[in-house]
Amino acid sequence: MADNSDNKVKPPSRQYPDPAVKLKQDPPTTGHSWDGIEEYDNPMPRWWVWIFIITIVWSVGYWIAYPAWPGIQQATSGVLGYSSRANVATEIAEFEARNEQFFVQLVDTDLGEIRDNDELQRFAVNAGASVFRAQCSQCHGTGGAGVQAAGFPNLLNDEWLWGGTLEDIHETIRYGIRNEDFAEARWSEMPAFGRDGLLTEEEIDETVHFVLSLSGSDHDADLALAGAEHFEINCASCHGDGGEGDYFIGAPALNTQVWLYGGSYDAIYESIYYSRFGVMPGFANRLRDAEIRAVAAYVHQLGGGQ
Amino acid sequence: MSSADQTPPSLYAKREPIFPRRVKGSFRTMKWWLLFLMLGIYYVIPWIRWDRGPEMPNQAVLLDLANRRFFFFMVEIWPHEFYFVAGLLIMAGIGLFLFTSALGRVWCGYACPQTVWTDLYIQVERWIEGDRNARLRLHRKPWDFEKIRKYGLKWTVWFLIGMATGGAWVFYFADAPTLFVDLFTGQAHPVAYITVLILTMTTFLFGGFFREQVCIYACPWPRIQAAMMDEDTITIDYRHWRGEPRGKLKKGQLDPNQGDCIDCLACVNVCPMGIDIRNGQQMECITCGLCIDACDEVMDRIGKPRGLVAYMALSDQETEQSGNAPKSVWKHIFRPRTILYTVLWAGIGIALIVALFIRADLDMSVAPVRNPTHIVLSDGTVRNVYDIRLRNMYHEPRDFVMSITENPDLHMSIEGEPGTQVTVGPDEQALLRVYLTAPPGTPSNVAESSPVRIWASIAGGSERVYSDTVFNGRNQ
Repeated sequence: MADNSDNKVKPPSRQYPDPAVKLKQDPPTTGHSWDGIEEYDNPMPRWWVWIFIITIVWSVGYWIAYPAWPGIQQATSGVLGYSSRANVATEIAEFEARNEQFFVQLVDTDLGEIRDNDELQRFAVNAGASVFRAQCSQCHGTGGAGVQAAGFPNLLNDEWLWGGTLEDIHETIRYGIRNEDFAEARWSEMPAFGRDGLLTEEEIDETVHFVLSLSGSDHDADLALAGAEHFEINCASCHGDGGEGDYFIGAPALNTQVWLYGGSYDAIYESIYYSRFGVMPGFANRLRDAEIRAVAAYVHQLGGGQ
Repeated sequence: MSSADQTPPSLYAKREPIFPRRVKGSFRTMKWWLLFLMLGIYYVIPWIRWDRGPEMPNQAVLLDLANRRFFFFMVEIWPHEFYFVAGLLIMAGIGLFLFTSALGRVWCGYACPQTVWTDLYIQVERWIEGDRNARLRLHRKPWDFEKIRKYGLKWTVWFLIGMATGGAWVFYFADAPTLFVDLFTGQAHPVAYITVLILTMTTFLFGGFFREQVCIYACPWPRIQAAMMDEDTITIDYRHWRGEPRGKLKKGQLDPNQGDCIDCLACVNVCPMGIDIRNGQQMECITCGLCIDACDEVMDRIGKPRGLVAYMALSDQETEQSGNAPKSVWKHIFRPRTILYTVLWAGIGIALIVALFIRADLDMSVAPVRNPTHIVLSDGTVRNVYDIRLRNMYHEPRDFVMSITENPDLHMSIEGEPGTQVTVGPDEQALLRVYLTAPPGTPSNVAESSPVRIWASIAGGSERVYSDTVFNGRNQ
């Protein structure tokens, strides 16, 4: 019929079927129709059903092997004895065993020499950070910035009540401040000059202006001049003649821009009238020696360490 | 059509097993070459070595998950450069659009792993059990020694191929020679064994038993690809205007009132998807080209021109039917749509290559510490703290010098460092705690915030990077 010598397709001279005629017997439809498009009602593949059944069988095995059914007190435990809590405990024990050598090393190393060992310092800072978050951040804040309104000291700046060397910080963390738990606890004392009638309200007013002048804050020069005398008699023995403070007795410096309870007139007035103290627990009976050393190393490298 | 006069269709359908007949032809030959090429690439790549220096892996292509590095010959990608991978994925997507709109489901028919491995598995089946008729006979036969022996052998070979497949996969993630020895001596990580086992089983099941069902039921590609095709797309079709009305040869002779299709079912018997291409475009068709080979063979034998089943554009059907010459292939392929895809694809590719060559092998990210926002020191100096991560993407240790510009008020210091220079190890990163301070009386000290640019540069080198951030003052 067709000449295929040149291998070209030539349409034969006869009638062709309409291409629109469907050549395949279509499967039945569900009867649903959208915009003239009908939905075939094809059967689901059988293996799909099998997988469904297999998952059910699998789940029965799972109930037996693993904790599954909740009870009043606890869930069924499963014959494999799997417990995510036990797994976590195992993992924690594993990590602690791996950390143990560093904890031993921390205690064996002089505080001042921890910094010289890069690996140990890195461990101390990281371990200290986690101790800090758990034990210290409630008062000093997660960032170590303290809370001025409550008198919790900022640990990030260069001002310290009891000294900012690594040894000072370590000592403070170990025994705390003004607590009854340790005889070695740091103890500061300041009279309530107003409440106990040591100074009149007028004298306190003058003293506040003098204290403001020490740090170069806004003040009334005449009142400050009068306050200088009260300061010398009542305050200088602890805070120093120029208000430079004393680490040994925990007397804060008054000649700086850092204020524990705020540097406004009202805040200073209240401090002199009622006197104010902070309290800090000692951690010698709560943390391991190595942890205390680690958290001291951490606080020391926050930016204020001396 | 009402459904009342019909028996309701069954809810679940058993799979109809498919026994593709052997076929010879140009498409089959090409598919064999592609199969060897692609499997070869897959198996060989992890074994190529590439020297990167003493402290670095010497495997040319390595996905080092533990150290979060990706090595590709001279290229090393760090996690923060993941945009390269994202770019490659976008290119893959647009490449799919391009190939599909130009050549239909060419990926499915020639390159998809499911197709390639199924092809290999069917060939194994053919070697062991024989061609279509022998396999059909064996399938229908009750279980006897011959069936157990042949099926057992076939499954064993399939399983070994599956193991080789899964085994090769893990070599991309670790040093191949070391892992090879470890795998056989039982010293490899359990994850390696589990991965090999899972991939062995998926290859075994998908290539041996699931086959076309993966494409029909599980794969999203056919749906997406079908949407990418139009009347100019080159795809496989049946010239029904030439073939119909079909009819068997009568005494070896073609009835002149019949079309060219002699209803020999050659195209159906070779189809790995078990469909009849003469029904036109179907979702199941992966355009593997085997029906073309089968039909051409028959056309040659009965003295008809080839191409009753052939690659063509859908719009060619009507053109040819009306007796006109069809558009040339190139006119189908080069059209605005494919040109746009090509331009996009090439544009992203060029951008990635340029980015690869101009990227610095150092990187810095600056995270200002905002807890607290700023710190006042005893003399009234304001300090801000920045956590800075330096990355030395180089195979030797280098010194980084930190500096600031844009703000003359500020001074810089680094916690634990005497100066502003730090050493970062080869292919490592360092975390620094950097302090910027504004002395009392400077504008930055009292302003709410002021801009600052932090630089990291290589000591004695020209490479440097910067990051813009802000310095918070006392806001007075």
